[in-house]
Amino acid sequence: MVSDKPLLELKGVSKRFGAVQALTKVDFFCYPGEVMALVGDNGAGKSTLIKGIAGIYPFDEGEVYYDGKQVHIHSPKDCAALGIEIVYQDLALADNLDVVANMFLGRERVLPPWRLDEASMEKDCVKTLDSLSVTTLRSVRQPVASLSGGQRQAIAVAKAVMWNSRLVILDEPTAALGVAQTRQVLDLVRRLADKGLAVVLISHNLHDIFEVTDRITVLRLGQKVREFRTSETTQQEVVHAITAGKLQEVPGMVKS
Amino acid sequence: MSVKNSTTASESALMAGQAAQSPSEYIQSYLKRVTSGDLGSLPIILGLILIAIIFQSQNENFLTARNFVNLIVQMAGVTTIAYGVVFVLLIGEIDLSIGYVSAVAAVTMTLLLREPGGWPWYAALGLALVAVALIGMVQGLIITTFQLPSFVVTLAGLLAWNGVVLIMIGGAGTVIIQDSVIVGIANYFLPAIWGWILALVFVAGYTLTRVRQVIARRNQGLSTTPMLIVVLQIVGLAILSLLAVYVCNHDRGVPFVGIILLVFLVGFSFLATKTPFGRYVYAVGGNKEAARRAGISVQRIQVIVFMISSAMAGMGGIILASRLRSVDTAAGGGNLLLNAIAAAVIGGTSLFGGSGRVSSAVLGALIIMSVENGMGLLGLSSGVKFVITGLVLLLAVLVDAISRRSRTQSGLA
Ligand SMILES: Nc1ncnc2c1ncn2[C@@H]1O[C@H](COP(=O)(O)OP(=O)(O)OP(=O)(O)O)[C@@H](O)[C@H]1O
Ligand SMILES: [Mg+2]
Repeated sequence: MVSDKPLLELKGVSKRFGAVQALTKVDFFCYPGEVMALVGDNGAGKSTLIKGIAGIYPFDEGEVYYDGKQVHIHSPKDCAALGIEIVYQDLALADNLDVVANMFLGRERVLPPWRLDEASMEKDCVKTLDSLSVTTLRSVRQPVASLSGGQRQAIAVAKAVMWNSRLVILDEPTAALGVAQTRQVLDLVRRLADKGLAVVLISHNLHDIFEVTDRITVLRLGQKVREFRTSETTQQEVVHAITAGKLQEVPGMVKS
Repeated sequence: MSVKNSTTASESALMAGQAAQSPSEYIQSYLKRVTSGDLGSLPIILGLILIAIIFQSQNENFLTARNFVNLIVQMAGVTTIAYGVVFVLLIGEIDLSIGYVSAVAAVTMTLLLREPGGWPWYAALGLALVAVALIGMVQGLIITTFQLPSFVVTLAGLLAWNGVVLIMIGGAGTVIIQDSVIVGIANYFLPAIWGWILALVFVAGYTLTRVRQVIARRNQGLSTTPMLIVVLQIVGLAILSLLAVYVCNHDRGVPFVGIILLVFLVGFSFLATKTPFGRYVYAVGGNKEAARRAGISVQRIQVIVFMISSAMAGMGGIILASRLRSVDTAAGGGNLLLNAIAAAVIGGTSLFGGSGRVSSAVLGALIIMSVENGMGLLGLSSGVKFVITGLVLLLAVLVDAISRRSRTQSGLA
């Protein structure tokens, strides 16, 4: 499953918000079939890195390679066109719409001239959920508001994978979940990678990270301080990197 | 409780897409929805029956063919405006300008029709509607571009358009409409045979849609509503439509405005539930940020909805003017605005966005106007009428709130 070429590769990306240097020359990559963890303290720049990939806040400098080719992502549309889907922490599901409507929101199938093709959307929604073994739903026609946190998370993830996406990025998908529901989502994350997708998982929970990821990238103060293979490291080592990892540059010092 | 029960549902249950297989299962799942608080239109229908019983027992003229036809004509203007209100409420906004915007359309059209040198009716009507749609566009653009509350912007509109109406009418006081087509909108009644033909066309159209739906789902291997239930629904609709035409034909015939209301009902219901635009309207009302991240142009949806609101207000104003055969300085005032919003809310459209149906405009207007009509027959003073209409609105909102609570408790929120 694991290929030898990274699907996404960032080389020396930086991002500055006014006086705040949120990212400094960060290198980052992820392989198909692997789960890459992205960890770091609050404000380390994890979400900023994701938003750069998403095209919400394009990087100031650095290069982005996708499938070995350099790409320029300027908007969420560019990002989706590459097959990158992002599950934000606040999920962004419309509670009043049912599961099918949420899964296809913004990309509805239409029968000419303007009629929604409900039947075919429902069928593919069920197919996707089944392929991810999301089976605790009573119906795909129930409003999302009536789902549990874990089920909603599963829908958000399923929505991301339905579009033949090749890279799925999840920003703290288990932060608000109970034990059983966290379990469901982590299983789902693992299954995505096993299906050959590249997955990036942001989380503050090292226990979860050691359970499902293959590699770990540590950010600290906007810089990449370490990268581990999960199987070759320990939680202590990662914690140390998060809190006291060696910085390339002293923050605040502008390099000319 | 229903969620707990269902978490044991198997994979095949998901494949079946919930809809029950047999008629008895279908009825069971319907009853379960009702008992868990998802009442749908049930309270309104019960309310209408109650209203009919109360007024009929007080005055035997209430349930007559004549009064039924009167009711349709009386409710037409408010219902038309309320169609637009439903869309505005669905995106979680409010439009307070609709009362006087309706008057702007009516006065514009009436002045254009005035002889000598009057415009043909279609041009006058068309220009009036385009003008008020532009009003909606401007208001919508101001609200969305400057991120202002729609409440305030349309409140400013309420004041300003009231002024515009007064300026346009000027010293004339009252302007009479002489164009026979425009007067006919609210005063023409279809010959009996046309009533029957239209009822049959309507039922045939509904049948076709339902059958097409069932076939589409079956082709995808999805579960379908049991055939027996579909047939019963079609037969039920046929009986209701034919009965309505039968009653109307006993009096002056089916009012032409009744057909207008029906066409708008079908058209806007289609727009709201069967098209991407309608889906986006619900999404914007449910979670604006989710809509934005899904690539929906939220501002575009909002502006179009304010245009729909203004245009439907304009259409409603024209219907009201047609009924009076004139416009005057009081046009668009009184409780028109509040009745239109109350109609949508009583009919079950939420003030908080994302939930409601186009049909709530008709159901709510039916309630409001039948109460008003009934109290008129009883000769009650307008003070009493207002108090009772207020209580009806309060009751409707209470029923909605209570059913919503029991829905939350049973996990169906
Ligand atoms: N839109 C913005 N404008 C200005 N500064 C920003 C913006 N977004 C992020 N920052 C700054 O960039 C830095 C990195 O923030 P980021 O959100 O990427 O952290 P994070 O690693 O995701 O933290 P957390 O674990 O708390 O989510 C922070 O100092 C933050 O204040
Ligand atoms: Mg973050």
